[in-house]
Amino acid sequence: MNPLLPLMIGLPLVGALVMMFSKNLPVRTAKFIALGFSLLPLVLAVPLWIAHRNSLPVRYADLPATPTATPPGTLSLFSSTFSVDWIPAFGVRFSLGVDGISLVMIALIALLVPIVLGASWEEKLPAGRSINGYFGLLLALEGAMIGVFAATDVFLFYVMFEVMLIPMYFLIGAYGGVRRTYAATKFFLYSLLGGLMMLASLIGLYVASADIRPEGGTLDFAELRAIASQIPLSTQLWIFSGFALAFAIKAPLIPFHTWLPDAGAEAPTGAGTLLVGVLDKVGTFGFLRICLPLLPAASHKLAWLFLLLAVIGILYGAIVAAGQTDIKRFVTYTSIAHFGFIAMGCFVFTTQAVSGAVLYMVNHGLATGLLFLLVGMLTARGGSRQLADYGGVWKVAPIMGGFFLIGSLATIAVPGTNSFISEFLVLIGTFRVQPVWAVLATVGIVLAAVYMLWIFQRVFTGPVRGSAVLGPAASDIAGGGTVPVTRTPVSAVSTDPHRVAVAEPHTDAHGHAAPRPKALWGDLSKREIAVLTPLVVLIVFLGVYPKPVLEVIDPVAARTVVDSGSPVDAISQQYLIGQEAGR
Amino acid sequence: MTATQSFQQLAAPLARAAADPIVAPVVDLRAVLPLLIVLGGAVVGVLVEAVVGRRNRYGAQVLVTLVSIVGAGVFTVIGGTQHHYALTFSGAIAVDSGTYVMWGVLLVLALVSVLLIADRVSEPGGAFVAQAAIRVGSVKDREATALATPMQTEVFPLTLFAVSGMLVFPAASDMLTLFIALEVLSLPLYLLCGLARRRRLISQEAAVKYFLLGAFTSAILLYGIALLYGYAGSLTFAGIRAAAAAGTGSDILLLLGIALLLVGLLFKASVGPFHLWTPDVYQGAPTPITAFMAAGTKLAAFAAMLRVMWSALEPMVTTWRPVLWVVAIASMVIGAVLGITQNDIKRMLAYSSVAHAGFLILGVMALTQRGASGMMFYLLTYGLATIGALAILTLVRKGDGEANQVSDWAGLAKRSPALAAAMSLFLLSFAGIPLTSGFIGKLSVFTAASQQGMGPLVVVAMVATAITAFFYLRIVVLMYFSEPQTGEGAAHVVVPGVPTTVVLVVCALATVVLGIVPSWGLDLMTVGQLIY
Repeated sequence: MNPLLPLMIGLPLVGALVMMFSKNLPVRTAKFIALGFSLLPLVLAVPLWIAHRNSLPVRYADLPATPTATPPGTLSLFSSTFSVDWIPAFGVRFSLGVDGISLVMIALIALLVPIVLGASWEEKLPAGRSINGYFGLLLALEGAMIGVFAATDVFLFYVMFEVMLIPMYFLIGAYGGVRRTYAATKFFLYSLLGGLMMLASLIGLYVASADIRPEGGTLDFAELRAIASQIPLSTQLWIFSGFALAFAIKAPLIPFHTWLPDAGAEAPTGAGTLLVGVLDKVGTFGFLRICLPLLPAASHKLAWLFLLLAVIGILYGAIVAAGQTDIKRFVTYTSIAHFGFIAMGCFVFTTQAVSGAVLYMVNHGLATGLLFLLVGMLTARGGSRQLADYGGVWKVAPIMGGFFLIGSLATIAVPGTNSFISEFLVLIGTFRVQPVWAVLATVGIVLAAVYMLWIFQRVFTGPVRGSAVLGPAASDIAGGGTVPVTRTPVSAVSTDPHRVAVAEPHTDAHGHAAPRPKALWGDLSKREIAVLTPLVVLIVFLGVYPKPVLEVIDPVAARTVVDSGSPVDAISQQYLIGQEAGR
Repeated sequence: MTATQSFQQLAAPLARAAADPIVAPVVDLRAVLPLLIVLGGAVVGVLVEAVVGRRNRYGAQVLVTLVSIVGAGVFTVIGGTQHHYALTFSGAIAVDSGTYVMWGVLLVLALVSVLLIADRVSEPGGAFVAQAAIRVGSVKDREATALATPMQTEVFPLTLFAVSGMLVFPAASDMLTLFIALEVLSLPLYLLCGLARRRRLISQEAAVKYFLLGAFTSAILLYGIALLYGYAGSLTFAGIRAAAAAGTGSDILLLLGIALLLVGLLFKASVGPFHLWTPDVYQGAPTPITAFMAAGTKLAAFAAMLRVMWSALEPMVTTWRPVLWVVAIASMVIGAVLGITQNDIKRMLAYSSVAHAGFLILGVMALTQRGASGMMFYLLTYGLATIGALAILTLVRKGDGEANQVSDWAGLAKRSPALAAAMSLFLLSFAGIPLTSGFIGKLSVFTAASQQGMGPLVVVAMVATAITAFFYLRIVVLMYFSEPQTGEGAAHVVVPGVPTTVVLVVCALATVVLGIVPSWGLDLMTVGQLIY
């Protein structure tokens, strides 16, 4: 009974409740209260990480190195566990715990939410909506997301999976862009359909376990893992398809992806960051947590399908991303391409690929989180999401440009950024068993460079131009090359802090001094730099030294591969034996 | 010498004298006490109507009704906890653990509905017509409506009679009792449907439709009973079961009998494709009566169906289960798909109830204790959520009447956040979102069905649930994400009276509590072996 995880789930929810009743507080106070509540899980994540690290050798050394051997009954796969009876009639317990995968994801959530709150500090919300409600919903979302990753009971996982939808639904629907209602409804219905299919499978899993276990059905993760190999293949295929559909929608894999560009583009920046950065990872997390270990035979049988969808996603996502005119939709399509890599890593059943996929989940959260926040800051300044409305932003906002460049490089997976490690691990892990898929996926990397650098070039380089940067009137003039004679600085009448005019001396063709076209806004504020810096630091740090994360991921990756009934590859074996020897 | 002993002495020669004695049926009054209390309350209500002055009638009627329902509830709980089971009235009424569960749930739903019926604040004077005999649209009628003349208080004894019929229906253990209970519960409802204060013509149309279709199906049901009697030579469930198990007699009689009997029961439970009355009646009936019917009638019909199928027709399960497969799928699809096209919230809830009937029938088909318990839990949670949703419907008004059009609800969250939150809660519960009671209900019924090899049906049910979620979500979207209408024709929200407030609080609390900690609720609903 370790209270860490219940606290990490409960405190943000308490914060959300406080925000609900904070109408009478000054807005500034309320925002700081919300930030305080979001920092609590981050603080608690430290002891959680330490406790897990300390428990590593003990727990994994006892695992059998062959898939056929049943693990000992007392074995605990998770650290910091917490478990109380919930619905005995269905054998359901409120069980929490972390393994390496959920640990890194929870840490990512705990890190991203305060950053998102900081980035949304001065968010312009639709008329009549309060920032208190916005922050409250973000906190509720944080609690539910930590719950999804911490659940060690399949039922609790499902409950959190569905509950997570509700704050996100209201975040998109109430605080989003112009087409927010459409996007929110689409998001909810897609997810709900997947969720209900998962519910059908969950019931199937319960019934199947009741058939096998003399003591009745269970939904406890560790106990299901012990009987996974005894479930007949035909049953496994049924159950697998429900779970996999839910996760494929969530992740999203290609035919089920259309909700993400809508939801991501219409969501307010903070919510969109969490949606793309963390929430979607529940899908790939589900593959690793439920599909592979609990339904091993079916996973192997249908792996080809998911590899196919993954590779299609990598290529299709990249190509479609390059064609986007809306900069937020662009980021969501790059994510679809990246989810292809993660899904590929999940379904090749090698330790390297699984480790890479998990690391990729973290890295993508950092890199895309950074990109999405920057795009949000850019569009909040310019008031437009159209790529064509921007140009030469580097000159106007060099710090933003620099941050964006780092985010872009991390997205392309340039060596030295964190994504390189994960992408390399996934590809090498895939190549050893499925060389054709790996080669096809590598094309995706080239495409990533194409779309990312192209966008960077269009938005940030060249002369300052575009109606969102210069204002609708000035853009024609600047584009035409003629010089404006007189122009009132917009900033003089604007009270918006972003709209700092950049006035530089400019000489026209005739040698007369004339004002250069003035941008409507300026560079990142101190607050914005402060909230983005941790992401940049981590991107570089994990690119150089990924060991702290990999050392918690590797054992559970090896374990997942072994449990999925795959032939034990040399690396898993070495890992498991190495653990034993080290004891 | 006590009176009993002297009576026995006197009666002894009589008993000896009769060569073929008619044995007096053993009547276990204690077992049927809840039933008698409600029936007694109904009779007292009729007397109150005759004796008490017009001014005091409302108070007296509400008191009598609430006391009799609560009293019946108390004795149900006592009987249930003491496991006082009996097959009484010569096998006509079975009181077992299942009966107690059904009675308990029914009385809870009836109590909440009665509170809603008794409210005279949201609709000034009450939701019911002041004098049913006044011609629609006449000067007197308009005056009575405009002056908010108090409603007809016969509504209360009628409700109690309906409740007593609903109590007998699932306890019936022979076919004739089943039929009589059906009539006793239906006739007051036909009347109640036609008593709406506003839009009286639609209300009366609904009553006539309901009556005609109901009378027709009653006849069908009775014919089915007759055929089953012809097959088994017995009206008791035990007799029919024995005959069906032995397999003697004409199969045609048996199969036709089952089919016709099922049609009658499915009609009352508004299972598609026997649902055609549902949207019209739900729309036309006074909203509190809609709530009472949607919760109570559905419960009684499903509970009775469960008992008939389980006690009498279990030996024929392989014959009727495939039929119910088709019926369940039809009901889910009809309810879900047609619900999308509705613009009137009451009609939408009616189609939603058809879809839910499709889900509920899985609990009957499972024929296990788990299925039965899950179904009762589902009926309780669905009933409370429905009553709550309809209670909110009485509060959102436009002009004089209720604002039933979906578009009238735009921006409700801005004007009354609490009501919008409660409505969303009920809708999410209908959609089966976790941490609401509706989810646990679905889970228990679907688990029971899966264990009996009905996995594909569960998948269909999930798809149907996703479709129904679409139209529930439409209302949530309107309430939260749309701007409220302003100006002349805009809907407004009235402050709920005390009874409606109680109803809303009870329903919302139950929906949340049973969703988060369902264990005690599930334990209470445990249905043991049925007696027959």
